[in-house]
Amino acid sequence: MSQKELLKINNLKQYFPIKGGVFGRTVNNVKAVDDVTFTIYEGETVSVVGESGCGKSTTGRAILRLDEPTAGEVEFDGTNVLGLNKKDMRKMRKDMQIIFQDPYASLNPRQTVRQTLVEAMDIQNVVPKKDRANRVSELMETVGLQPHQADRFPHEFSGGQRQRIGIARALSVDPKLIICDEAVSALDVSIQAQVLNLLKKFQDEMNLTYLFIAHDLGVVRHISDRIIVMYLGKIVEIGDKKSIFNNPQHPYTKALLSAIPVPDPDKKTERIFLQGDVPSPIDPPSGCRFHTRCPFATEKCVEETPELRDEDYMDGGHQAACHYIREIESGEHKPTRDTSKVRQV
Amino acid sequence: MNQTAGEASETLKEKQENPKIKSLKDFYKRLKKNIPALIGFYTIVFLVIVSIFGPMLTVHPYDTVNLSDRLVGPSAEYWFGTDHMGRDIFTRIIHGMSLTLMVGFFSVILGGVVGVPLGIVSGYYGGRLDNLIMRFMDVLLAFPGILLALAIVSVLGGSLQNVIIAVAIYAIPGFARIARGSTLATKKLEYVDAIKALGATDNRVIFKHIMPNVLSPLIVNATLYIATAILTAAGLSFLGMGAQPPTPEWGAMLNDGRDYMYQAGHIAFFPGVAIVVVVLAFNIFGDGLRDALDPKMKK
Repeated sequence: MSQKELLKINNLKQYFPIKGGVFGRTVNNVKAVDDVTFTIYEGETVSVVGESGCGKSTTGRAILRLDEPTAGEVEFDGTNVLGLNKKDMRKMRKDMQIIFQDPYASLNPRQTVRQTLVEAMDIQNVVPKKDRANRVSELMETVGLQPHQADRFPHEFSGGQRQRIGIARALSVDPKLIICDEAVSALDVSIQAQVLNLLKKFQDEMNLTYLFIAHDLGVVRHISDRIIVMYLGKIVEIGDKKSIFNNPQHPYTKALLSAIPVPDPDKKTERIFLQGDVPSPIDPPSGCRFHTRCPFATEKCVEETPELRDEDYMDGGHQAACHYIREIESGEHKPTRDTSKVRQV
Repeated sequence: MNQTAGEASETLKEKQENPKIKSLKDFYKRLKKNIPALIGFYTIVFLVIVSIFGPMLTVHPYDTVNLSDRLVGPSAEYWFGTDHMGRDIFTRIIHGMSLTLMVGFFSVILGGVVGVPLGIVSGYYGGRLDNLIMRFMDVLLAFPGILLALAIVSVLGGSLQNVIIAVAIYAIPGFARIARGSTLATKKLEYVDAIKALGATDNRVIFKHIMPNVLSPLIVNATLYIATAILTAAGLSFLGMGAQPPTPEWGAMLNDGRDYMYQAGHIAFFPGVAIVVVVLAFNIFGDGLRDALDPKMKK
C-alpha cells in the first residue's frame, strides 16, 4: 500500500484498575486492550472483529481518548494525539468522529435534531453562523432525511433514522476519520444495508477513512478493505479482506469464520466449535492467550507469546500471531485435542 | 433547493408549536389524569394567589393588640376567633401564608442551588472530589433535621431569614445525592460521549447535556421538600427559634395557642389546620409530579 498513513497505533494498552480493600488500592487490572499495534491508511476501511469483550470498542474509545489509554502511542496525521493538552485535543477532535451503536442512547433526548447539529458545528466553529441553517438542511438531505424534520426530537424518529442523525452529527464537522463503533449492529438487516451503503457513499465523496468495529462478519465482508481480528485484548490476525476470508491463518480466525451462516441448507460446512468461554481479561492465559481453547495448542503456546508475523506465502501485509502458521497450513501440525468435533448443544 | 426547504420549514412552523410549550401541555395532560395531584396543584395555586392578594382584603390589622376582644371564639366578625392578644386569627393566617410559602420556596431554591451543582460535579468527575463532597454530605445527613436546623439557628440567631438558611442547609445533601445518582447514570449514555468526541468542554457537557436530563427527579424532590421545609420552619418557630412576635408565622401562632388549649382551642387549631393543608397539598402534588414526569408512565 502506497497511501498516506492516517492513523498509527503503537503498543496501545488500556488497563482498567480494579480497586479493592479498605484504602481503595489497585488490586488488579482488567487488561482490555494489551499491546495493540496497527496502521490505517487514508481513505480505507479497516474493520476490527472479535467476540464481545475482546477490546474492540475499547480500542476505538482509547484512540479518541474517551477513556485515557494506559500506555502506547496514537499518531493521527503526524500528530501525537496522546501528547496533546486539553485545548489542542478539542481542536483535534474535529478530524476524528465516532458513530455509536445504540441509536436510542446516542442522541440527547431534550435537543431537537437541529440543535444537535448546530451545536456540533458551534463547538468546532466549522460553518459561519448564518450558513448553519442551510448546512443543517443539507446534512439532513445527505443522510436521507427531510430538512423539515430537523425541528423534531429524537423520540419522533425510528432507530434507522436516528442512526442517520448520528451520522449527520459526525459528518457536520468534516472529519477525516470516523470510528463506527458497532454502528449498524442495533439496526434491522434491511436498514443495515441502507446505512452501510450510505457510509460507503460518503467515503467515496469525502475521502473518509473508517475504523469499523463490528462483530457481524457479513457486514465486515461488505464494507472492509482490511480486517483486524482481536482476541482477548490482542490482535491475532491482520490482513486485507481477501486474505482473511479466503485464507485465514490463525486457528481463532478459522473458528470465527466457520461460524458465518451459509444461506444454503444442503451445503455442508465444516464448523469449528471452540470449547469453553473467553477467559477473563483480568488474568489472561500465559503465552498465547488462545491456548486454552485452541485445538492446536502445545507446551510452547502456554509458555511463549507469539508475535504477529507472516510466512512467505502470505501477502498484502497479512500477518498472524501463531507459532504454527506454516505447520497448520501444511497439515504437519495436527490438532492436539479433539475440540473441533465436539458439538455443543 | 434551499428555497423549497425554507418554505417547508416555514409552513411547518405554523403547524408545530414551540417544543417547550408542547412538552408543558403534554405534562399537564398527564397530570390531569392524576386527580389528587391536580387537587394539590390547584390548592397550591389558590394558596399562592391568596398569599399575594389576601393581605390587601383583610379588615382587621394582624398585629394590633385588642385586649377587650381576647380569646373570642369563631364568630361572624372574627371568622377563626381571636388569640390571647385579641388579634384576629383569620387575618394572621392570611398574612402568615406568604411567610410560610416563602420559607418553603426559598429554602428549597437555596438548597437546590447549592446541592445540585455539588451533586452533579461529584458524579461527573468522580474520584477524590466525589469522595470529599459526598462524605461531607453524609456528615450533614447524620444530624436529625430539626436538630441541625436548631443548632444553626441558635448560632445565627432566631429570625425568619436564618430559619430559611438553616432549612436550606439541611436540604443540600438530599439534592446533592439525587443529582449525583442521576448524573452517574446520565454520563454513561452515548450522547455524552458523542458530545465529548466533538470537543465539548466539561462546562458545556455539564450544563447543556447533563443538567437538563437530571432535572425531573430533582423537581419532584424539590416539591416534596417544600412540605418538609414548611414543617421544619413551623417547628422552629413553635420552639421560639424562628419568626419573632408579632410576626404571624403559623408555627409561632401554634405556640401562642399552646397555653390556652382548654379555654380557647381554636387559637392552636386553625394555624394547625393551615399547616396541614399546605403540607398536604405539596406532598400530594409532589407524588403526582413524580408519576407525571416519569417517562415510563407515558401511555
